[in-house]
Amino acid sequence: MSDSMHGSHANPSNAGDNGVKAPLVAADGRPLKVSLRRALFKNKLRAILLVAPLMLFLLVAFILPIFSMLTRSVESNEVRTILPTTALAIQAWEGDGLPDEQVFAALAYDLQEGQRNRNLGRVASRLNYEFSGMRSTITGTARRISNIDSPDSWKETLMEAHRNWGNPDVWTVIKRESRGYTLSYYLAALDMRFDTDGSIVRQPESRRVYVDLMIKTLWMSILITFLCFLLGYPVAFLLASLPMRTSSLLMMLVLLPFWTSLLVRTTTWIAILQSQGILNNMLVALGIIDDQARLRMIYNEIGTIVAMTHILLPFMILPLYSVMKSISPSYMRAARSMGATGFTAFRRVYFPQTVPGIGAGAILVFILAIGYYITPALVGGESGRFITNFIAYHMQVSLNWGLAAAIASILLGLVITLYLIYNKLVGSDSLKLG
Amino acid sequence: MTKTFHKSALSIAVAFSATAIFSSAQAMEPLNVVSWGGAYTMSQEEAYSKPWTEKTGQRIINIDRSATGLAGLRAQVEAGNVTWDLVDMLPADAKIACAEGLIEVLNHDELLSPAPDGTPASEDFIPGALDECFVATIVYSNIVGFNTEMFPEDNQPSTIADVFDLENFPGMRSLQRRPINNLEWALIADGVAHDDVYDLLATEEGVERALAKLDTIKDHVIWWSEGAQPPQLLADKEVAFASAYNGRIFDAQVNENQPFGIIWDAQVFELDGWVVPKGKLDVAKDFLRFSTDTERNAAQASYISYGPARMSAAEIVGNHIPTGIDMTPHMPTYEPNFATALPKDDDFWADYQDELNERFDAWLAR
Repeated sequence: MSDSMHGSHANPSNAGDNGVKAPLVAADGRPLKVSLRRALFKNKLRAILLVAPLMLFLLVAFILPIFSMLTRSVESNEVRTILPTTALAIQAWEGDGLPDEQVFAALAYDLQEGQRNRNLGRVASRLNYEFSGMRSTITGTARRISNIDSPDSWKETLMEAHRNWGNPDVWTVIKRESRGYTLSYYLAALDMRFDTDGSIVRQPESRRVYVDLMIKTLWMSILITFLCFLLGYPVAFLLASLPMRTSSLLMMLVLLPFWTSLLVRTTTWIAILQSQGILNNMLVALGIIDDQARLRMIYNEIGTIVAMTHILLPFMILPLYSVMKSISPSYMRAARSMGATGFTAFRRVYFPQTVPGIGAGAILVFILAIGYYITPALVGGESGRFITNFIAYHMQVSLNWGLAAAIASILLGLVITLYLIYNKLVGSDSLKLG
Repeated sequence: MTKTFHKSALSIAVAFSATAIFSSAQAMEPLNVVSWGGAYTMSQEEAYSKPWTEKTGQRIINIDRSATGLAGLRAQVEAGNVTWDLVDMLPADAKIACAEGLIEVLNHDELLSPAPDGTPASEDFIPGALDECFVATIVYSNIVGFNTEMFPEDNQPSTIADVFDLENFPGMRSLQRRPINNLEWALIADGVAHDDVYDLLATEEGVERALAKLDTIKDHVIWWSEGAQPPQLLADKEVAFASAYNGRIFDAQVNENQPFGIIWDAQVFELDGWVVPKGKLDVAKDFLRFSTDTERNAAQASYISYGPARMSAAEIVGNHIPTGIDMTPHMPTYEPNFATALPKDDDFWADYQDELNERFDAWLAR
């Protein structure tokens, strides 16, 4: 219909010029096309200027940090910058036996230089990730040789200062880490490592940590999302269908905990679920369980799942509610009037219309759940721990920021992949927050 | 208000001496002091900060970030914006920070005041208390505490082996979620002599043996990560035993009247003290000198049961000021408590913590 209108509008102008194409002009004499483009450009510019502060903020506070995190996960320039002569000299070493005197002398020079500038700590920590004992090897050797000028053989002097310098594996590590970039953080995050001959192998079983935990984190986040859906759907339905006055009261009950501090809500669950807690005391008092056989409901997976489901529930209820609110009750009435049973009408008419709300809620809850770390740390005990707790640990305690960045990047990639799959299956245009 | 505050600060300073006037120039800026929070910061507040503010007018701002102090220092130095003036830190972290050039090298005899009898600082502190960049203020101890009400009166635990004895001492345990201390205790409970603990832990068999010992109680352990958790878990009777810093258990014993006992056997003691972030020596040195003098060092022990790091201070430790009880038997360094103590080997952990943390995590996940 719009095509035909367009056509009928264009025809007279063509006819008026007797077939010669003359551009339409605006009131000021410019061609209409140019004028229109200019007006559109102005609008666009205005729109861009309006969002520019936000874009700038996103760039500085979101995109740059993510980029810097990604680079940290492969960056390894400690050896190159703090032991520069060694990094250069060791390139000639082929990896058979020990390097020659020249490399040892270069290392001795770098260590003396580093001891003077007090910057050996970084390279000592870096190499200690790859080879336990390197921290004291480097700092100890640097202290011991700080006053030695030019001995007969640096090789012997260094090997005397610390026996690790006689171990070819140490030199392999130094050569590998002198390239400026490294895969070892990603390998560590995937429970793998470089073998002494440079090939990539799995960690021995006694050191595998992250892969299983990552799978568990995913699985528990999915479970929490599902539980939120199960609990949130009826509540949202009730909120949307009750008369305004009761529903706004109910809404307060949903929103109040939403506004309460996360820590308060988490510690409240400790008071309720612990073995001397309210729930266990009640069960014992009612004679349902024996005093000696109190249930363990906290400091394990159950604690994490219960507390996180409760904390994330509003993120499911609110999008569901706003979608349900917009569904006209007449659809259900129509279905019923045409003979559908209550269940069939719900299943075939009502439920499909709420799917966008479920999608939005599920995505919100899932992404929040997978990034949570305070609640699992407080109530999760050992089995309820998330991979995010390890990211926090490596950021704040072990200071292995490269490994933290690698785990975080893998997690980010995983979430993006899942979102793309979800998008393929459900379609992001069917997301609806209200 | 700040104007009158500074004015009065100045007049107080004038009333003192010429050196006090000098420090009043710095009284303009409050001092940012990073520490551990809780009962510990409170003891520093009472023993150092309040007298300092009274004397000089300079305000002390407490920041409870010592648990992640090394990460904070590194971030601040990397960003070129150091806001902390003085940081309370463990010696192991101080060693790393010192090697990374994040903190100032200290000339102890020049910066610290001598003992009242004139002994220079370097000879008045207990051995190991003064490191290149570090001044210890206290000796604290990692111990296992227990709730006395959870065991019959004639069968109270007393040795570290009791913690691993589920038969005679049933109940849940709470241990810190890290290998440090736990591996040492496991080996000692397994019969290893104190002197051999760290040599053994440096070997594969030693680690396997320690983890195997921990395996025997693994299903009965709740792992804690915040220092405030163990006293809480004990008070709730959620656990029968909990490893803790001895001062936290003491605090619960005397200030909250909790029925807690302490197993001093195989206590792992270490030091804790001040470091000065890069470039902050001028700002922090007066307070550093003040807070580490004999009188202040002894005063802190009147608020929390951590032993003073100065020998001259240990001699004059008084009673617990809030309750008036005698502090002596609550100190980690008290003779009967100290008989089987194990010093934490910082050099060992500096080398092996990366690897052992990983092994410990993998073991926990098994």
